[in-house]
Amino acid sequence: MALEISGISASETGTGRGLEWLAMGIGVVLLIGAPFVVYPVFLMELLCMALFACAFNLLIGGGGLLSFGHAAFFGGGAYIAAETAKEFGFPFELAILAGTATAIFLGLIVGLVAIRRSGLIFAMVTLALAQAVYFLALRLPFTHSEDGIQAVPRGWLFGIVDLRDNMAMYYVTAAIFFLGYLLVRRVWKSPFGQVLRAIKDNQPRMISLGFPVDRYKLINFILSAALAGTAGSLKAVALGLATLTDVDFSTSAAVVLMVLLGGLGTLMGPVVGAIITVSMDEYLAGIGIPVPVVIGVIFVFIILIFRRGIVGEFLYYLERWQARGAR
Amino acid sequence: MSAMALFGQVLLGLINGSFYAMLSLGLAIVFGLLGIVNAAQGAFYMLGAFVAWMLLQYLGIGYWPSLILAPLAVAIFGIILERTIIRRVYNLDHLYGLLLTLGLFQIIQGLFVYWYGTSGQPYDTPELLSGGHNLGFMFLPNYRAWVVVASLILCFGTWYAIEKTRLGAYLRAATENPTLVRAFGINVPLLVTLAFGGGVALAGIAGVLAAPIYQVNPLMGGNILITVFAVVVIGGFGSILGSIVTGLALGVLEGLSKVFYPEASNMVIFAIMIVVLMLKPQGLFGRER
Repeated sequence: MALEISGISASETGTGRGLEWLAMGIGVVLLIGAPFVVYPVFLMELLCMALFACAFNLLIGGGGLLSFGHAAFFGGGAYIAAETAKEFGFPFELAILAGTATAIFLGLIVGLVAIRRSGLIFAMVTLALAQAVYFLALRLPFTHSEDGIQAVPRGWLFGIVDLRDNMAMYYVTAAIFFLGYLLVRRVWKSPFGQVLRAIKDNQPRMISLGFPVDRYKLINFILSAALAGTAGSLKAVALGLATLTDVDFSTSAAVVLMVLLGGLGTLMGPVVGAIITVSMDEYLAGIGIPVPVVIGVIFVFIILIFRRGIVGEFLYYLERWQARGAR
Repeated sequence: MSAMALFGQVLLGLINGSFYAMLSLGLAIVFGLLGIVNAAQGAFYMLGAFVAWMLLQYLGIGYWPSLILAPLAVAIFGIILERTIIRRVYNLDHLYGLLLTLGLFQIIQGLFVYWYGTSGQPYDTPELLSGGHNLGFMFLPNYRAWVVVASLILCFGTWYAIEKTRLGAYLRAATENPTLVRAFGINVPLLVTLAFGGGVALAGIAGVLAAPIYQVNPLMGGNILITVFAVVVIGGFGSILGSIVTGLALGVLEGLSKVFYPEASNMVIFAIMIVVLMLKPQGLFGRER
């Protein structure tokens, strides 16, 4: 039996498409209105994690590959963006690009090795390679090992907008997040995305049809890594901090949890999962309950009885309801 | 460079390699039978060390009884988890097994970090094995020699039990075709539970053996688990003997790299994994599945 990855089929049909536009409309309104209600810095962290989750979801929803090492790209991007912004004096947009480029480079190397296997071994290989990146981050001089890179300046967007203002920084973060979300959506609905899904469903057939399967997988992997790198870079600059936590395994596991909780392969799922997970982290840290234990319990709970995730479950019932209506 | 330092690192590597071998052996047995990669193996290793420490701390039970009692307790705990929780994902995609055991790992490790912190508790070397011998070319602490010998005996004992005994034959048959083996009147679910318990017990013993060398630390399982995953990818899941040999060899290589290029010693195993995946994706001893 395969992983229960929700297709995007439910959003293709009439009601589904209407609902998707409705959800997206509500999402945009929330995105614009949220900083007037909630502390903007918390929202920035949330959006960066949500973008990271979308990046992870691009890989598993597109190609069915579950990566256990996405923190390498998130943290790699974060470190380089922080370093270039702080020590080289890069402006905001260049620092983000530098972080993203780093993630693309790492994604190319990890991807080339990891896509030679699939399923379990793919997960273990990405985990091991991410650990190698972690050791690099621990050892390289510029990362300041345990301290990380602190007090990263936000700078100016295109030299015009002063990002030291929380509201300005928030709206830039929100815009980048939204573009990232649209990118994932576009990729999935493109012919490229269709080929990826076909590879996931039946790889031998796609090979016999003459598709360069490995190249498709690699490009998707690099895209996902790049987006994760953007998320990490954005986080480093917006919160002014890049640390070992960004590259370590807990971050890789956190993103897996977000996407599982929201629903593997659903467009909105990672966002929903990120909102819940990040809010929960914040809340639990305040009352002293050990976060890893709660995360572990949620993992077990989801896998035993809630494998479609929140959005996946919703789409599943929507589809059944539509099928009944059609009959 | 002195020969002393060289042999010292090789010994240290051999010890690390023994732990890699025992843990990856447990993983390989469970994987062969169930197709599940048991990420909780790292937690069972940590539990082995902690149970031994708790037996000493709270009940005054020393190292030698602990060597039996701790793995037994850990194995029983593992079997309970297998029967109540892990069993439920056997028919699902095997990635769910990895995710589930990872969740269990996080719960166990998280609880111990919460209770005992991350600083680590000392555990004394048993009196019988304190001290060491000067072999001329190196100083050999008795306890370390014991760890290498004990783990070699355990590993090859396990190999013998699986490859050469009747129970092992049932086990291998159940790996190939569980339905047919059940039709012959053999209780395969019981066999699975026993094998799972055996794999867990191996991790538990490794934990007790490790306690006097490293400190008893809630994070010890997580640190070694990822390396063991890499070891398993390098060796491939095909053979029992393969995972023993790969574990030992990689431990020694890691030790050697500490002598020649210490900065890279953490990376050596991962670098080897990359090379192996490029040249022989199914692993050194793996078979194409």
